[in-house]
Amino acid sequence: MVMSERPPPSVADRAARQAEVVTALQPLLPAHALLWQHEDTTPYECDGLTAYRERPLVVALPETEAQVGAVLAACHRLRVPVVARGAGTGLSGGAMPHAMGVTLALAKFNRILKVDALARTAVVQCGVRNLAISEAAAAHGLYYAPDPSSQIACTIGGNVAENSGGVHCLKYGLTVHNVLRVRGFTAEGEAIEFGSQALDAPGLDLLPAVIGSEGMLAVVTEVTVRLVPRPQLARCIMASFDDVRKAGDAVAAVIAAGIIPAGLEMMDKPMTAAVEDFVHAGYDLDAAAILLCESDGTPDEVAEEIARMLDVLAGAGATRMEVSKDEAQRLTFWSGRKNAFPASGRISPDYMCMDSTIPRKRLADILLAIQQMEQTYGLRCCNVFHAGDGNLHPLILFDANDPDQLARCERFGADILETSVRLGGTITGEHGVGVEKLASMCVQFSPAERAQMEALKAAFDPVGLLNPGKVIPTLHRCAEYGKMHVKKGLLPFPELERF
Amino acid sequence: MTDAALDRLIDRIHSARAAKGALDIRGGGTKAFYGQAPQGEALEVKPLAGISSYEPSELVVTVRAGTPLAELEAALAEQGQWLPFEPPHFEPGSTVGGMVAAGLAGPGRAVAGGVRDYVLGASLINGRGELLVFGGQVMKNVAGYDVSRLLAGSMGVLGVIAEVSLKVLPRPVASTTLRFELDQAAALLKLNQWGGQPLPLSASAWWDGMLVLRLAGARAAVDAACKALGGELVEPTLAADFWAGLRDQRDEFFAGARKAVEGGATLWRLSVPQTVPPLALSGEQLIEWGGAQRWLCTSAPAAPLREAAAAVGGHAVLFRGADKSAGVFAELPPAQERIQRQLKAAFDPEGVFNRGRMYPWL
Repeated sequence: MVMSERPPPSVADRAARQAEVVTALQPLLPAHALLWQHEDTTPYECDGLTAYRERPLVVALPETEAQVGAVLAACHRLRVPVVARGAGTGLSGGAMPHAMGVTLALAKFNRILKVDALARTAVVQCGVRNLAISEAAAAHGLYYAPDPSSQIACTIGGNVAENSGGVHCLKYGLTVHNVLRVRGFTAEGEAIEFGSQALDAPGLDLLPAVIGSEGMLAVVTEVTVRLVPRPQLARCIMASFDDVRKAGDAVAAVIAAGIIPAGLEMMDKPMTAAVEDFVHAGYDLDAAAILLCESDGTPDEVAEEIARMLDVLAGAGATRMEVSKDEAQRLTFWSGRKNAFPASGRISPDYMCMDSTIPRKRLADILLAIQQMEQTYGLRCCNVFHAGDGNLHPLILFDANDPDQLARCERFGADILETSVRLGGTITGEHGVGVEKLASMCVQFSPAERAQMEALKAAFDPVGLLNPGKVIPTLHRCAEYGKMHVKKGLLPFPELERF
Repeated sequence: MTDAALDRLIDRIHSARAAKGALDIRGGGTKAFYGQAPQGEALEVKPLAGISSYEPSELVVTVRAGTPLAELEAALAEQGQWLPFEPPHFEPGSTVGGMVAAGLAGPGRAVAGGVRDYVLGASLINGRGELLVFGGQVMKNVAGYDVSRLLAGSMGVLGVIAEVSLKVLPRPVASTTLRFELDQAAALLKLNQWGGQPLPLSASAWWDGMLVLRLAGARAAVDAACKALGGELVEPTLAADFWAGLRDQRDEFFAGARKAVEGGATLWRLSVPQTVPPLALSGEQLIEWGGAQRWLCTSAPAAPLREAAAAVGGHAVLFRGADKSAGVFAELPPAQERIQRQLKAAFDPEGVFNRGRMYPWL
């Protein structure tokens, strides 16, 4: 569980602080937009990472930008931490509340302000759902490309905070590649913009620093996104392999052939079985791994590319290949992949989703390592990969009611992350560090690198009030993490430099 | 990454810091004209050279900052790959570090993205002489703040880029250039309308009543688009020369502009939303990036021009000119300026690197 950086405040101290904050915020917000009673703040205890919970001191639900600025200014004056929150679908605890802080719930910022078909941009408030942007742009033949699996629920503000990806980002990019400008507030409550309506802005380009900063540098209230023309046609190949190494090599072979697929996804056998039971898409249950390989563009272009992909996949040893005949079948192919998480929820009381990225060529290595870990930690694991960009989502199955299983699950997860770093990858591809991967940050970054990140944070937020305690672990935490691992003999790669 | 060349750079930084001196980070020196005049002793990054790793099937190359850009591009071309943002070579000798630090992109920018969109990771030596690694060699990476992309266009004010990892892509299979006789307003409208359709647009340039359009991608898509768009086909070698000349500012417009600059005029880069209608400014304009980048050669004063760019949601960069007293980059709103000052202090507390190159206060 989350280790506290300092001792928890006493009940009396907390109540006094709560009264002080409520008194300061009451004049700034309508009565219904301020929650602090136990039963009202409970729904805000956690985000999509439900194993980690904290009750916020106060929840503020501002309705206007002016209110956001005023709440931030008041919190700054009182030195109260502020945790911004969108739909709460994040998977790393980035929106987990601070026990002595205000949760700034931005769900009411849900208006699409402008869709400009000629400029191919949309200006939307931070609480607009990812999919709602594409729905609003559809009439113009345009859409917003990044499509995280949670796109029906997750908000664009949360996507900006996490630099979310999706299943099409090898070809169409991440959030950072599809956002032109964000508008919001500094920790002091001062209005600010990053990026511009043009393709660049003067000075240092702070936009890519703010995107993916997990709410620690600024609070974003409005986002200008780039829209792209919807391809005339998309078709998908579903290919089976009798060996995970062959499937991994097939992924590299597709890229080596000069093809950038619109989507390139892999599922292993346990995952395929779990999703087939859930969506009945007709997946090959005998395959060791399944690849979904998509092409989009003009009909001629797609026909040409699909033919080339089939060639490459056959050459790489595919045992079965099927090309979607129409849009309905293409969506059926994808339905299992997009439902990997709920399907896992059906076969296990709980699951923990990891999110590391590795160089594509190491896909088979990590899969085989994970199979070993299933033995070591005595837990099952299903695997879905954004194979095109090497981003893995192993889903470790466990029962959170059993403390020993939770502990083993956490060690299993940490092992996957450390192995990914050792294979030349990173601990998180798109879900963020949040609170979940704080300890693993100690493995990936040196003390000087972490100190530089802290200094960057302080340049934006000198007092350290925006989402404190996330993303950058303290030296103390890293030292504790190192000790714990050495003591339990769980450090799998003693050659790794850590401190 | 440790070796003698790196150690020498770090030693120089420690000495400069102790002496409260200033260092002018230098690659090939081909963009010394860009920004305010360099201050301090030259810190040569060229000894830090070579491609550290390149695996075409990973679409990633890791390269040391002093490596000549031409060498990197040749290595990529051997594998049928390239840098889709088409970085300019104003003179022979540009380096990869200079490319990232200047953050300038060529004709493909509007469609393919800019320098920062291809940066995956970087090793940076900060003002304390610490070698730090951010990002990585994979496509998706959100571990910690994205310091490596922040370095694109940072003009060396945050530190010395020692090594970068870049995303690379296969070169498009087919490329065709078309031209159309159109006035500026009609060209801008067409470009934006085409941009909303599923066409394989790749680059555009309008100058003096002529719109030149590059289509690139799968053969079938390019052929279909040619049929749909009409226009006059430009012979392939002529087209390739044209786009390279535009990228490197050797073509007719820029040759003329350089002469005018020698005579006291200024070459401005106006970065504006691409749908902005023709800007009524005195002087000749060449328009790239589907309308988003407008080059203007003029002797008109800076202030009204900057106001005109700001009024349409853009900004103006004093790209080439003898008199830079008006500032090279537009002034920042107070909150932005405060953060950027603090950021500079966070990376380079003593202000050793590229003092004043971007802003007098940075």
